[in-house]
Amino acid sequence: MAHETKTVHNPPAAARYYGSAHTGTQTFWHQRITSVAGVPLTIAFIAIVIALLGRSHATTGQVLGSPLVAIVVILFVASIAYHMWIGMQEIIVDYVHGPVAKYLALFGNMFFCSVVGLASIYAVLKLSNGV
Amino acid sequence: MAEANLSRRERPLSPHIQIYKWTLPFLMSGFHRVTGFVLYFGFALIAWWLLAAASGPSAYANVQWFYGTFIGRLVLLGYTWALVHHTLGGIRHLFWDTGRGLGDGEIDWLARATIGGSIVLTLIVWTIGYLVMR
Ligand code: HEM
Repeated sequence: MAHETKTVHNPPAAARYYGSAHTGTQTFWHQRITSVAGVPLTIAFIAIVIALLGRSHATTGQVLGSPLVAIVVILFVASIAYHMWIGMQEIIVDYVHGPVAKYLALFGNMFFCSVVGLASIYAVLKLSNGV
Repeated sequence: MAEANLSRRERPLSPHIQIYKWTLPFLMSGFHRVTGFVLYFGFALIAWWLLAAASGPSAYANVQWFYGTFIGRLVLLGYTWALVHHTLGGIRHLFWDTGRGLGDGEIDWLARATIGGSIVLTLIVWTIGYLVMR
């Protein structure tokens, strides 16, 4: 009986972020991987920003578009966009409980992270094209 | 029947935030979430900068103007501190994940290192920034 209840009721609940979707370990692990990757990438990104402070548009575009810098910035953006998606999802399921509000928040989270992440990567790729 | 009722009764909830004593490690835990939240929306500042650089000189001039104003610099200073603090707090979390650093004294020491380190590193980063800025 208990088993039946589980198979009938769990999948939709899990899909709606009520109760466990049984992928928590993977999510936790991805959060850690993006955190570890985030340390050197954040340091590198801060260094790149400092090097570009007050530089002209032409210089900035050239530096951001050069292969090594472009790759580092793209890795930083991709890693952080994924990291903050998971992190915000965690915050949402902790505080947002109404079913509609929760869906909207989770959808908005995916939307924001995708747009900000992909737009940034697009920008760097566009700059790389000219170099 | 009785069992069904039993399973539906109110269950005890874990105490909420106002129950806990305000200690430094408790505050640092909150700061990690708050800085993560702020950095999340602030990521748009980074996207704006990159997109402006890709868009052309006039778009880039707008970004440079805004980040050069007093408000803009204040925002960037806050963002730098949040990023450094969250990164140090994250390293602390990764350290804890290995099972280390959880003793009584260690937790307090790590909390102080996180807040102190984040302020010092932010000042160092900004000093370097002002020194090399064109
Ligand atoms: C702009 C960059 C970053 C953003 C937007 C961001 C965002 C977030 C968010 C929203 C959370 C969820 C907070 C919570 O659940 O309390 C989080 C958690 C976390 N972040 Fe970041 N983060 C960034 C950079 C980093 C970096 C560089 C590290 C490197 C160590 C890091 C390590 C962590 C860790 C370990 C957690 C999990 C903490 C926990 O288990 O409670 N983050 N981040």
